[in-house]
Amino acid sequence: MGPQFFYTIEVILNGLMAGVMYALVALGFVLIFKSSGIFNYAQGVMALFAAQTLVGIQTGLVPFSHLINAVFGTDLHHFGWEIPSVLAILATTLVMIGFAWLVVRLVLKPLAGQEPIILFMATIGLAYFMEGFGDLMWGSDIKKLDVGLPQGGNIGIEESTSFLGGEEFYGFYIDNLDIWAAVIATLLVVALVVFSQYTKVGRALRAVADDHQAALSVGINLETIWVIIWSVAGFVALVAGIMWGAKLGVQFSLSLIALKALPVLMLGGFTSIPGAIVGGLIIGVGEKLFEFSIGPLIGGATENWFAYVLALVFLVFRPQGLFGEKIIERV
Amino acid sequence: MDGAAYVTPDGRSIGDVVMEMRNITLRFGGVTAIRDISFDIREGEIRAIIGPNGAGKSSMLNVINGFYHPQEGEVWFRGAKRGPMKPHAIARQGIARTFQNIALFSGMSTLDNIMTGRFTKMKSGLLAQAIWKGRAEREEVENREIVEKVIDFLEIQAIRKTPVGRLPYGLQKRVELGRALAAEPKLLLLDEPMAGMNVEEKEDMSRFILDVNDEFGTTIALIEHDMGVVMDISDRVVVMDYGAKIGDGTPDEVRNSQAVIDAYLGVAHD
Ligand SMILES: Nc1ncnc2c1ncn2[C@@H]1O[C@H](COP(=O)(O)OP(=O)(O)OP(=O)(O)O)[C@@H](O)[C@H]1O
Ligand SMILES: [Mg+2]
Repeated sequence: MGPQFFYTIEVILNGLMAGVMYALVALGFVLIFKSSGIFNYAQGVMALFAAQTLVGIQTGLVPFSHLINAVFGTDLHHFGWEIPSVLAILATTLVMIGFAWLVVRLVLKPLAGQEPIILFMATIGLAYFMEGFGDLMWGSDIKKLDVGLPQGGNIGIEESTSFLGGEEFYGFYIDNLDIWAAVIATLLVVALVVFSQYTKVGRALRAVADDHQAALSVGINLETIWVIIWSVAGFVALVAGIMWGAKLGVQFSLSLIALKALPVLMLGGFTSIPGAIVGGLIIGVGEKLFEFSIGPLIGGATENWFAYVLALVFLVFRPQGLFGEKIIERV
Repeated sequence: MDGAAYVTPDGRSIGDVVMEMRNITLRFGGVTAIRDISFDIREGEIRAIIGPNGAGKSSMLNVINGFYHPQEGEVWFRGAKRGPMKPHAIARQGIARTFQNIALFSGMSTLDNIMTGRFTKMKSGLLAQAIWKGRAEREEVENREIVEKVIDFLEIQAIRKTPVGRLPYGLQKRVELGRALAAEPKLLLLDEPMAGMNVEEKEDMSRFILDVNDEFGTTIALIEHDMGVVMDISDRVVVMDYGAKIGDGTPDEVRNSQAVIDAYLGVAHD
């Protein structure tokens, strides 16, 4: 087999890695949509905010330093300490849980029972608020995120596979960070599935996703479940923020990774966890393969739009997505 | 009919008042769904609520389990006046229910659906589940045993693992009853448990309701349109029409009441 074949395999492998990341972001959307019927526009900004907070805590930035300095004429910027990655991740997780609690208290609870479009609008407001709040708290400069994940091509894989395609093939190039991202995302998904299948709270989450009234009637407190769901979505956002932040730096464009999740959701359905995963993988592989094979013929940069075209074509034939429930309007 | 325990015509003794509705009025905008209604439910009895369509029967159950909050009146449960409470808190007090339009968790199996009925009985919180995994597992097993008993009782072993969305209507109704029973409620509310069933299914369901009442002494309030069934299984009956109470008593008393006969024959209201 020629080198071309193995380069194609390499493209597919990289597509799968990217796909896992898309799936991770899409998962955040699905969790919230399933349990409360809200399309959470703020999911991407949550990833940005989580990444900012993580870097801020880890590198000892003084929160709201601009504001404090402006008001008190001080010149604070750093506490002058560094906190180990693990502790910083833990602290950020706590911040995201606190955030979830606030969202439920201040937004979801007062708006409970409103039309979905109103809740959607509320999450748009939430997104812009968080974006501004994150900048105010941590500053809007681009930050480097480093929690110790290895970066660069994996030498082991490259060398051990270089014999495959003869002279012109140098072995598979796969970024270490992508491998880690794929492994962590997979673990996270498995943990979520196990938790939701085999525990009392997991069952309650599924119950709330199915039928609010019935869930209330067996004693499930919707608000508690919402806080849990938003916390989990916040944690998923943190993981996504770490992966993408390590790649691209922590900056505004991080919040746009949410846009990558949209075609995944169109493909996989808004209510299906397996759908988010399979959809993410299809989009990841599809867009890399398309860029690799057709891209050069039409001037490249197909990755910007291919996913949407794929999703649109798909939408026409299966509006409920791959695994989504059939859309039936209740009358 | 106040005071202490009394004995029904068929010789069963009925206990003290468990639930008392005092002058309940419930409005939706211009519509008055319940108009100044009072009645009580006693320990161990089967209490039927009947009436024509739109009479306000379901609304009454919704008041009892906290979905609706009446504008006027008081609800007394086990000797204490109940403040405005959320439905999930009321479930914790031991009130379980089924719905007129089946409300199951359609993506889950029969087993998981009934397991959710144990929610209020399971103590391990989220953190405990993560930290004391052993205890959470033990609790899971203990509760699972009770759920299996409910499944045996309702004779639905064959569909334990089936996603309930795929079950025929009659069985879904039975699973829904199972979910409510799993909570070991002090008061069980059933909104038209036999609606849409054939004769055989109705007989089965009647038998289950009577057995629950007999074997576990569960107090039951149920809404039912089939007069034959109501007369057969209930101890006392409340009759509603256009939001008002027009009758209350034993099946025989109610059956012979002129107001009830008029309501059911559709005599014009003035
Ligand atoms: N959530 C609600 N919002 C507005 N009106 C309501 C609501 N729930 C009930 N109603 C009204 O209250 C009245 C009583 O309805 P309810 O469902 O309690 O009747 P019912 O006796 O259970 O009737 P059926 O035998 O048809 O089930 C009806 O006029 C109904 O339209
Ligand atoms: Mg009704």
